[in-house]
Amino acid sequence: MKNLNCSEEHLAYLKRKKIKAVMINAARVGILCALLGLWELCAQLKLIDPFVTSSPSRICATIGELYANGNLFYHIGVTLMETVAGFAIAAGLGYIVAVLLYMSDWARRIFEPYIVVLNSLPKIALGPLIIIWIGTGYSAIIFMTVLVAIIVCIMNTLTGFLSVDKTMLTLMKAMGAGKAQQLTKLVIPATLPSLINTLKIAVGLSWIGSIMGEYIVSRAGLGYLIVYGGQVFRLDLVMAATIILCALAGGMYGIIALIEKRLNK
Amino acid sequence: MILSFDGVYYTYHSQNGETEAVRNLSFGIEKGEFAAVIGPSGCGKTTILSLAAGLINPTGGKVERENVEFGYMLQRDALFPWRTVERNIYLPLEVKKRNTPEMREKAVALAEKYGLKDFLHKKPAQLSGGMRQRVALIRTLAAQPDILLLDEPFSALDYQTRLEVCDDVQGIIKGEHKTALLVTHDISEAIALSDKVIVLSSRPATLVAEHEITFGNGSPKIRRNCPEFAATFELLRRELGI
Repeated sequence: MKNLNCSEEHLAYLKRKKIKAVMINAARVGILCALLGLWELCAQLKLIDPFVTSSPSRICATIGELYANGNLFYHIGVTLMETVAGFAIAAGLGYIVAVLLYMSDWARRIFEPYIVVLNSLPKIALGPLIIIWIGTGYSAIIFMTVLVAIIVCIMNTLTGFLSVDKTMLTLMKAMGAGKAQQLTKLVIPATLPSLINTLKIAVGLSWIGSIMGEYIVSRAGLGYLIVYGGQVFRLDLVMAATIILCALAGGMYGIIALIEKRLNK
Repeated sequence: MILSFDGVYYTYHSQNGETEAVRNLSFGIEKGEFAAVIGPSGCGKTTILSLAAGLINPTGGKVERENVEFGYMLQRDALFPWRTVERNIYLPLEVKKRNTPEMREKAVALAEKYGLKDFLHKKPAQLSGGMRQRVALIRTLAAQPDILLLDEPFSALDYQTRLEVCDDVQGIIKGEHKTALLVTHDISEAIALSDKVIVLSSRPATLVAEHEITFGNGSPKIRRNCPEFAATFELLRRELGI
């Protein structure tokens, strides 16, 4: 930092900003610790029934147990693989479809109602069909994930494409640029920021898709643990899987946010 | 004549009906000439540029142009914010597939000649409105067009910047010996900048009058101070019916 020749006033301003940032982080961590502490305390004092509500210590013990018998990373791995694969396919395929729809006014007009209906349809309604058509393996869950995430990817990307600055488009046309050049030189770079937003939404939807898929049909994964834990009334397992899910979803979102930061530099 | 309109008609079609934008319009521009088209707002001035550039075809009559290349400069600079000034200037070269080191060198030389040397690696957001418009002009010139089509390129600027940029742009265009066709609703701008003013009626646009402007020595600044300036202004104003 080059703060050598700035006034006292400016230094004080920078300091105030820094203190504020530290305080906000402290408050975030503090709230989490307080909640966990309160939860643990209530469970220890038997104010709540830890058999039903579980408790942080029991969750830790369950995670430790899963780790000890080698199942922890297996279940995490399965769900992570399904989610990331579904996310990648939905985002990639969605982008390609959006490009095709952008390139052809005809296709866009024709397929619009289909996309609208598919978007409104609760994808879980297709559960039984997916099992019968695709089977009960990972591919069924990945398919469900793609189904949940792809429509929003297509719609958001296309909306971004269509909202590109009209003057810039006129300029490109006046230079004699065809549709392909308009796309590569203008539309794609101009919509990069909105692409990141679409990816952020797609991350959330992919987790919904993969866990929903595991609810319907699965033999492993965090969603499986949650369903199984619920059925045998082991709420420690349900809670443990949920907490791990929170961490993973947060981590995946963080990666996208990091990419965004890189791009904005 | 590098460009000529010969009894041109143009009609727009939309869901709500048709609009006759241009009716029996004839005029011509010589090579190296700076011509301005003025008319009441909404009279179809932009249509005339589109017709000139061949982006649209006339409904009737003929637009004749020598084998020339057009450069378009718009009301807003439309610089791409994710590209540096230098790469914005290369844009037409890329689009027209003439992105050779030689052409790039020429474009950069042009930018440096007109005071953009220190800005080449900056992003457009770091430039003032006047500077941005200058970059837009250099971008237009980079592909070495024969005719520049200027669509109210100063109207988005504040008054002071506008006077400055207006003189600036005219100087650069004259300096590079380019032909230019400017459309504007600003009478004084038209008189100050051009060799010829073409006055149009309100829609459908027809030719009201054509004036050669010869006083002053071609510099907008000097021209604005000539005694003939006010008289010409009055004349054009009357012809526009304001």
